[in-house]
Amino acid sequence: MTADGPILSVRDLTARIVTRKQTVEAVKGITFDIKRGEAVGFIGESGCGKSVTARAIMRLAPEGMRVDLGGSVNFCGQDLLAVSETDMRNIRGRRIAMVFQDPMTSLNPVITVGAQIEDMLRRHTGLSGPAARERAIELLDQVGIPFPARRIDDYPHQFSGGMRQRALIAIAISCDPDLLIADEPTTALDVTVQAQILRLLLRLREERGMSLMLITHDFGVVAGMVERVNVMYGGRIVETAGIDEIFRAPSHEYTRALLDAVPRLHREGAEP
Amino acid sequence: MTVVSPLVSVQDLSVSFPSRGRHPAFMAVNGVSFDIAPGETLGLVGQSGSGKTTTGRAVLQLQKISSGSVKLRGRELTTMPQGELRRMRRHMQFVLQNPYSSLHPRMTIAQTLMEPLIVHEAVPKTRYRERVAELLELVSMDPSVMDRYPHAFSGGQRQRIVIARALAVNPDFVVCDEPVSALDVRTQAQIVSLLHSLQEKLKLSYLFIAHDLAIVREVCHKVAVMYRGEIVEKGEVSQVYDNPSHPYTQILFDSAPVLDPALQRRRLQMTPPDPSVLVAGRPDEKCALGEIHTETGTVPWHEISPGHGVSCRYRPA
Repeated sequence: MTADGPILSVRDLTARIVTRKQTVEAVKGITFDIKRGEAVGFIGESGCGKSVTARAIMRLAPEGMRVDLGGSVNFCGQDLLAVSETDMRNIRGRRIAMVFQDPMTSLNPVITVGAQIEDMLRRHTGLSGPAARERAIELLDQVGIPFPARRIDDYPHQFSGGMRQRALIAIAISCDPDLLIADEPTTALDVTVQAQILRLLLRLREERGMSLMLITHDFGVVAGMVERVNVMYGGRIVETAGIDEIFRAPSHEYTRALLDAVPRLHREGAEP
Repeated sequence: MTVVSPLVSVQDLSVSFPSRGRHPAFMAVNGVSFDIAPGETLGLVGQSGSGKTTTGRAVLQLQKISSGSVKLRGRELTTMPQGELRRMRRHMQFVLQNPYSSLHPRMTIAQTLMEPLIVHEAVPKTRYRERVAELLELVSMDPSVMDRYPHAFSGGQRQRIVIARALAVNPDFVVCDEPVSALDVRTQAQIVSLLHSLQEKLKLSYLFIAHDLAIVREVCHKVAVMYRGEIVEKGEVSQVYDNPSHPYTQILFDSAPVLDPALQRRRLQMTPPDPSVLVAGRPDEKCALGEIHTETGTVPWHEISPGHGVSCRYRPA
């Protein structure tokens, strides 16, 4: 594999969500690549299929639902839709990690933050005992948790919203993944905390050469973070463009409508 | 010049939550004052936990206050007997953030919208369904949907229904607590324009609570910035947005993402602004603006231009 070849190559991916009552085609054949070290944004409104796409790559279904997938998801030469569940378990978390929107529901409330990181390390890297603990402290430090050696034995409820999101990012990067999928990672957070988390993701990406798939409904969040954006609507990618281009000259009508609806912080021409 | 008396007048409002176990008592709202004129919107911004929602609830007398005064149409609410307060409630209503949890799933839209009409005896019984139809039309919905249940509607439509419920009894004043933050951006824009047109049509006053500075700029005439239970800056939207003067306001503006990739990349490269550098300060020491408030007997508040004021508390140490 060449250095600048795609690390993830998705071809004609479809996802049908099957519930007892009905079947919904949430993703209707989308195709995209993410290169090694590249950051790509996925933007769209709720129900456009962006989160289902992320979960399809991880082969995760929303609770109580079955998702039928079609097409191919090529990750480092393997079709993830064809590998066994056992192999998938080794890829999930270790090679591809995910950070979700709500840091309270994605952490286990009755297990300390440290134990949750150590659990990941034990499962995927073979580190255990004091070595795992030491590595967990290191990770908490890297994501900017003050006094990590003291906070490692805290439970999630003892962390603020921003700290919980940092802890989740620490878990996600604990096994040095090649690709990090962040699904609305800052939506539940205040703007000051949002700025800190975005900066952290940017820094980790630079330091580790990690690829980033950033899913959001917020143009402000992708603006400084990614090189390319895929705009999704109704289960399809309707526009794909470089980040500067999409803000300067969006070509799809839907992208223009979305951008026009975003409220501006300053009057035209008064941008700081 | 005619002076319009404010519809809502809040003076030195404080709310304290009593101590519980190891946790000491907590001042959620500390000496907050503001006026809202008829037909005017005041935005209340700040991070979560800054006391915005508690302020809104305290103004509506849904939250017990520790001290201060709240007047609506010139009448003091904080000392008003329960029965009278209940009758005052038809003048002040509430719209909440989450349109999924603020509508009862087992009640039809008509039942939901009739409830305030029954409680406040706002219209005769024979006119209930007629009034429900009027309300749905007011928020640009088809009255024929009134016998459906909330699950049949999208988030934006539900928020329209919640707004219709608030307007059922013809209030003068509506507290909107993050009314659009759970919605997609195009739906946000529609609800914002609905709030605008209702304000014009019905001469409503709003207290608009939000953490999104850009939305507040679109919706509000005036804005108050809250930090740790206090208002640290207040003024016309143009004054505060063009010349943010309190360090905390500046931190908020510097943190908000901008829709310019090159500029936003530069902003993310810089050290992120961090409010934890701000300290309250002491009233018996010279404040950031050079005044010792215990000596002059003044509050820690400084008018920097007519209508635009800042607090001298919570400054970098």
